[in-house]
Amino acid sequence: MAGAVPALARERPEARRGALTEPRWVRWLFLGAALLFLGFFLFVPLALVFAKALADGFRAYVAAVREPVALAAVRLTLITAAIAVPVNLLFGLAAAWAISKFHFPGKNVLITLIDLPFSVSPVISGMIFVLLFGARGFLGPWLAAHDVKIIFAVPGIVLATMFVTSPMVARELIPLMQSQGNDQEEAALTLGASGLQTFFRVSLPKIRWGLLYGVVLCNARAMGEFGAVSVVSGHVRGLTNTMPLHIEILYNEYQFSAAFAVASLLALLALATLAIKSLIEWRARR
Amino acid sequence: MWPPWTQRAHAGAPLRRKRLRGGSVLPGFGLSLGFTLLYLGLMILIPLSTVFLKTATMTWSAFWQTVSGPRALAAYRLSLGASCAAAAINLVFGLLVAWVLERYTFPGRRLIDALVDLPFALPTAVAGISLATLYAKNGWIGRWLDPLGIEVAYTRLGVVVALTFIGLPFVVRTVQPVLADLDPEVEEAAASLGAGRWQTIRRVIFPELLPAALTGFVLAFARALGEYGSVIFIAGNMPMKSEITPLLIMIKLEQYDYAGATAIALVFLVVSFCLLLLINLLAWRRGRHLREGAA
Repeated sequence: MAGAVPALARERPEARRGALTEPRWVRWLFLGAALLFLGFFLFVPLALVFAKALADGFRAYVAAVREPVALAAVRLTLITAAIAVPVNLLFGLAAAWAISKFHFPGKNVLITLIDLPFSVSPVISGMIFVLLFGARGFLGPWLAAHDVKIIFAVPGIVLATMFVTSPMVARELIPLMQSQGNDQEEAALTLGASGLQTFFRVSLPKIRWGLLYGVVLCNARAMGEFGAVSVVSGHVRGLTNTMPLHIEILYNEYQFSAAFAVASLLALLALATLAIKSLIEWRARR
Repeated sequence: MWPPWTQRAHAGAPLRRKRLRGGSVLPGFGLSLGFTLLYLGLMILIPLSTVFLKTATMTWSAFWQTVSGPRALAAYRLSLGASCAAAAINLVFGLLVAWVLERYTFPGRRLIDALVDLPFALPTAVAGISLATLYAKNGWIGRWLDPLGIEVAYTRLGVVVALTFIGLPFVVRTVQPVLADLDPEVEEAAASLGAGRWQTIRRVIFPELLPAALTGFVLAFARALGEYGSVIFIAGNMPMKSEITPLLIMIKLEQYDYAGATAIALVFLVVSFCLLLLINLLAWRRGRHLREGAA
């Protein structure tokens, strides 16, 4: 059957193509409409970030990025990601290992709970930490008595970021490890490898690309989180402003080219994230 | 289930112990599951439970007054309506984009395919200021719409634009793999039985894509519902007019009205959890459908 079709195609190529694809004008129409839509909603907004960032010239761009307050925001963003990403990496590995390698009741409930932060509005994600640690929160009086500041300080920003980005690595790894099965790990164990050896020599190499993508995506979200961080930050310039919050302040003060200059750094990060993703997919296809 | 020789290697371990380890010979069950549950409990569940605990301190009438006040109702209406409109736009154009990327060849296809994921990776604040500048009256796109009498920035239409951007990848990414896996023989059969191209698309291809497209629609809708960062720059944020629900929660928090904020958040969380349930149900049904199809 499959062999007969190409023969038919060779006989009447025009007729076959006509039946299996749209007329030329329809194809052009579809392509044009799709590109127009993507242009209005993706390409032009992306191009605008870089165009506005450089609107006042390259020197103004560098000056806006090298301003002390901007640098402090960059530093806080890097610190936040440096804590949130490794912790969520550990969590993702542990969750994916437990879910993909073992059978236990309530597994689907666990997967749903891991995904939960995705369906919580960022504002609510920040709010729950205010309710817990804020001055009038459940633990507020105790924290005040012990002189620990979490809300309107760096720990709150880190906690909110950890909450929002917690599913990122786990969600990449769980389907990947479930599809890979346990055969190779079992073989390694029966050949006398220890548990840790099995994990580092067998399991980790098998998932490294998925793991890398999860980490990269988690990092992008951690550095770009706005709503949740905005609730817990208190917006103290130079102290509790991450890059997205700094962008908001600059924008609201009509310092547009400075706002877009800082935004362009985050846009570059997003583009790098997509580039790594494409690279990983291209490797997987080969 | 396991090959006999693996069981012999671990024959020393008592059977009961094995069952406790999740029915597998691999190590680390207790450690990995323990850490997962601890982290979930401390980081996710205890913080989330505060929404319920805080709301429980309110009287019923105070709760009802907060969540059914005119300003709150206007915010729900805008959030639901704009999210639904944005998800519907993404349903139509997501199908179109998936079709074009999967079926046609044109220069730059790979690059465009990669860029579709941009809304996942671009921080929402960056998207927000960019869209607001773009669609403002003097912006690159806004200046062409203004003479037509279409105002986008600082109106409800602006909310829809921002939410469309946020939800853009979902339908494309759920439909694309289904389209790629579609057996060309089915289309060939339809064509050889005398169906026109349009008939084949409508009666043969489209029904195959519909479940995936609907999943994408619900995902985009759920994502749009909670979105904050990209919307507040373009929305204008007028109470009763262009104020989305997450912003209303934010405003109540800034006024230290914690009870009011949590009450509205609770309503919103319940809606979100119902959507999550629906998404899982759709995914489960699609999974069963695929499994049955494979059998």
